[in-house]
Amino acid sequence: MRTSLALAARNAAGLATALVLGAGLVLLGGGSPIDAYRALFAGAFGDINSWNALLVKACPIILAGLAVAIPLRLGLFNLGGEGQMYIGALAATLVALALPDWPPGPLILLCCLAGVIAGSAWALLAAAMNVLRGVNEVIGTLLLNYVAANIVSWVVSGPLMEPGAPFPYSAEIAEAIHLPPLLADWDAHIGFVVAVLLAIAFQWVLSRGTIGLSIAITARSRSAAVYAGLLPNRLTLGTFAVGGGLAGLAGAFEILGVKYRLFQGFVGGYGFDGVIAAMLAGAQPAMVVVSGILLAGLKVGANSMQRAVGLPVTLVEALQGLIIICVTASAAWPLIEASLRHGTSSLNNRALRLRLWLKRSNLS
Amino acid sequence: MAETLEFVLTAVRLSTPVAFAALGGVLAERSGVYNVALEGAMLAGCFGAALGAFHGGPWVGLCAGIAAGLLVGALLGFLTITLRLQQIVSGIAINLLVIGLTSYLSRIVFSGQANTLHLEGLTMPLWPALSNLFLLGPLVFSQPPLIGLLLMLTLALWWLLQHTHFGLSLRAAGDAPRSADTCGINVANVRWVAVLGSCALAAAGGCFIVLCQVYLFSEHMTAGKGFIALAAVILSRWSMPGALVAALFFGGFDALQLKLQFSNPDIPYQLFVAMPYAAALLALFGFVRRYTPPLAVGIPFIRTTR
Repeated sequence: MRTSLALAARNAAGLATALVLGAGLVLLGGGSPIDAYRALFAGAFGDINSWNALLVKACPIILAGLAVAIPLRLGLFNLGGEGQMYIGALAATLVALALPDWPPGPLILLCCLAGVIAGSAWALLAAAMNVLRGVNEVIGTLLLNYVAANIVSWVVSGPLMEPGAPFPYSAEIAEAIHLPPLLADWDAHIGFVVAVLLAIAFQWVLSRGTIGLSIAITARSRSAAVYAGLLPNRLTLGTFAVGGGLAGLAGAFEILGVKYRLFQGFVGGYGFDGVIAAMLAGAQPAMVVVSGILLAGLKVGANSMQRAVGLPVTLVEALQGLIIICVTASAAWPLIEASLRHGTSSLNNRALRLRLWLKRSNLS
Repeated sequence: MAETLEFVLTAVRLSTPVAFAALGGVLAERSGVYNVALEGAMLAGCFGAALGAFHGGPWVGLCAGIAAGLLVGALLGFLTITLRLQQIVSGIAINLLVIGLTSYLSRIVFSGQANTLHLEGLTMPLWPALSNLFLLGPLVFSQPPLIGLLLMLTLALWWLLQHTHFGLSLRAAGDAPRSADTCGINVANVRWVAVLGSCALAAAGGCFIVLCQVYLFSEHMTAGKGFIALAAVILSRWSMPGALVAALFFGGFDALQLKLQFSNPDIPYQLFVAMPYAAALLALFGFVRRYTPPLAVGIPFIRTTR
């Protein structure tokens, strides 16, 4: 509990620093930081309409964040959320368009399942390359994003393109299989609730379950894990399959609940928002919900900020970049804090390391 | 013959940005630091080059681009060497920061017109008098000076790594930092130099894209070239000439896909566009197991721990 509080405090400090640096960017663009931030946060969290828009975006970000967070528990980086979302959305669209005669309920479930399986398979490509040949998963997942985006771009301008469409997009899915909205007349769909429930479930599995302990042991020491009879390669494949499946589900939800058709550039960066969400959350699935809502809020607020102070919406991308850097750097805070307290200028100081170690082991 | 030469020329031009970044990647990884921020450094280089060329001409653009790369390097060094954070996390974070910052700043400084610019490029031939020389003439001396610079840098960096005292220190920092430290080498300083150099090289690749290929800036214009460079680093077996060859391999694929794309308009172009990325994946899958990275790459060095 104390460690998670400390983590929250560090993240808050990082966030605050990022907002201060971001104020500099606002000034650079010729705006007033106070007005800009006020418009940003009012637009993001101010009224019920903004929550509607926010929850539409929070759903894919949370799912894509879980897709990163789960392999990250093992110390592995799934940067392929973008590609896994593309492939999941493609599979869901294919199923939805291929089976128009099915009753809506089962068809929705089948579309989601298709998205999960396809996303899983796409992530497993990178995981298998890692396990079989030692290919770094960072490079593998990143390169697969470009392949997936091009596959979708081809499919929607060729085999799946709606005849007579002005630019490449697929036919629209039947209205009967649109995901039900959260509240009447809302854009936000029940996918958000599913995402939150999944996050809580994974938090429970990872912090309480045997699997979670296996992952924690393997992440800390592979040799200890092997000695304990665990199979690290299987955990690698498993976490990537689950992660990819969640990203694929995000893609399917985007088709069924928001966009209703597949087109080029469909995912639009949600995969990387997921990376940010997972890192901000310290790979804790339940915290991904919080960071996902925060990031979605920034996106929604960006538009009203642009209207209010005339700064480009890309300010929010820069702000996200600052947040991720500051929060990453705040992970080093214990080290810095100790060196400040003990008045040592060098972080290499042997006595300092000893004191830190004693402090951590509660010996002093 | 003329057609073959044209093809090779396209391949060389397309591989140059990746080659610069791959040299940078080798430099950083040999010193023990994963540079996932190559993509970000390249993009920063693009932005700096466009900004400099917009206000002061192509040479100013080159300097500004490299300066932007050095800034990225300073950030990466601060996070990974000074604060000793996880290197891959730092690299990913920097990439996201640079994508966001350059998108925002480009709308401000070019007032939304960045992708309709036509900047003055660095296109003058390196040494026209030698343009009839066999192979090197058309491929290097009648090409923009950055291609000549790339070849010189490859040789110079190879010499630096393999035949100088500093190169030995750098390799020691990447393979056995503790032994290096025992011998009185300042591992942190060596890694700082390598990281700064690495990002400057990647930024030079970005400068090439802007000043010799497209003459404009568009948001996230590097589109994964930095990640292809990371693959090239592995295929190069962490050697400078190897990095050049690996980059040429990917550039060749890029040139091939362009050629096929034009000669086969019936086949969807996206399949060709995906080819270099797929080639990188296949090459990694086929070759990577035989190669061993520098032993201490990715591990922050802390003097006082064992």
